Amino acid sequence: MGEIKADKTIDARGSYCPGPLMELIKNVKSANVGEILEVLSSDEGSTKDIPEWVDKVGHENLGTVNHGDYSSIFVKKVK
Amino acid sequence: MAKRIIIVGGGTGGTMTANILASKLDSEIRNGQVTITLLSDSPVHVYQPAFLYLAFDRFYEDEFTRSERDLLRPEIDFVVDKTTGIDFKSCFVQGASGKKYQYDYLVLSTGSYPDPSAIPGLEKGGDWFYTQEGAKKLAKKIASFEKGRILLSVGVPHKCPVAPLEVIFMLNDYFKAKGIRKNIELYYTYPIARLHALEPVANWAVGMFEKEGIKSETFFNMESVDPEKKTLSTLEGSEVPYDLLIAIPPHKGADIIVDSGLSKSGWIPTDKQTLKVTGYDNVYALGDGTDLPISKAGSTAHFEADVVAENLTSEIKSGYPAHFYDGRVLCFIETGLHEGTYVWFSYTTPPNPAPPSKLIHWMKLSFNRIYWMAARGLM
Repeated sequence: MGEIKADKTIDARGSYCPGPLMELIKNVKSANVGEILEVLSSDEGSTKDIPEWVDKVGHENLGTVNHGDYSSIFVKKVK
Repeated sequence: MAKRIIIVGGGTGGTMTANILASKLDSEIRNGQVTITLLSDSPVHVYQPAFLYLAFDRFYEDEFTRSERDLLRPEIDFVVDKTTGIDFKSCFVQGASGKKYQYDYLVLSTGSYPDPSAIPGLEKGGDWFYTQEGAKKLAKKIASFEKGRILLSVGVPHKCPVAPLEVIFMLNDYFKAKGIRKNIELYYTYPIARLHALEPVANWAVGMFEKEGIKSETFFNMESVDPEKKTLSTLEGSEVPYDLLIAIPPHKGADIIVDSGLSKSGWIPTDKQTLKVTGYDNVYALGDGTDLPISKAGSTAHFEADVVAENLTSEIKSGYPAHFYDGRVLCFIETGLHEGTYVWFSYTTPPNPAPPSKLIHWMKLSFNRIYWMAARGLM
């Protein structure tokens, strides 16, 4: 996938509690519509549960980049 | 001239940091080389974990409050003055009294605050135990609740991340003891795809919920409450009716963090290892107010207070900070009114909850009483 430029990067590596998805939920609230958020997560489960939540609430999944020991998950706030 | 350390916030983090620092810098304070001032907007120190018990009339105000002055070592200058501004360039804190407090080092322990106004309808339609007044009001409702659905909803972010599970298990035991559990539906919800942020805790809770007949719904983030219809709607499209809504409101940081221009989000940008505030070499932050992706909990502030106090001490004694926070958190978890467990974890060590036991429950009850020693920096 091409390079995506995030408006904000949320470094949730090493976050067991509240965890990467909760960090994203917190940040989505304060983001502006149209902004792209990048979540850095070392939790393998994030690559599944973040896109699942984003689909459920109707934001846009822009993709995931695997960096080996962590992933970048890109989300666009659309509403 | 003496190095002036100003600590803003008279909660767990600020009080512990002040007391630990005063102990470590004892000789410098005696020699007039260092002063420590703690600023708070209240003369009273409140042990906030007691609010959970207050909601069940198992802890009372005279037990969970103390004079802040009495908790602080005598060499600490304690001033009740609400912080209304911070000038990071000129290094002073502005008090509501009009007084300016110049600092060489600043520690921000400004906390987090439940904000029910963030969810339309919640203030009118819901209850919560995250404030003293809220817990007292909820206690009366729990004591008189006889029949119907209790809906538990969780806002993001929030402090004390195990409290949602604790309150549902305590409600379960409370109504069992009262002999009316069969008349009450306990409906637990959670923002992400499992019952708790900590996966092992979530997995353990599944079995407990099945055994105790507690219903649940995940991917459940409050959007609005209709107090007339008594329904809660979620971002994910669900609408759930309730008879009693116990909500954990989303939290916000202290107003001063936004007002001082430190951050737009209200959370203090903080280095996850040194606990220095991003961009300011002489400012540290700890506790609920930071933007760190870790639990907002008293134990977090407790472990961070050690690091901040050690780093300030090494800065003053050696000229540089030499201590690093490893993300350590320890949380007791009440699994009812008579048993409990605990988890501890860090940036690199995942949690592994112990089997619930009466002993751990008693340890938690004991800590509730000996907290005052921790606040004094003695443990």
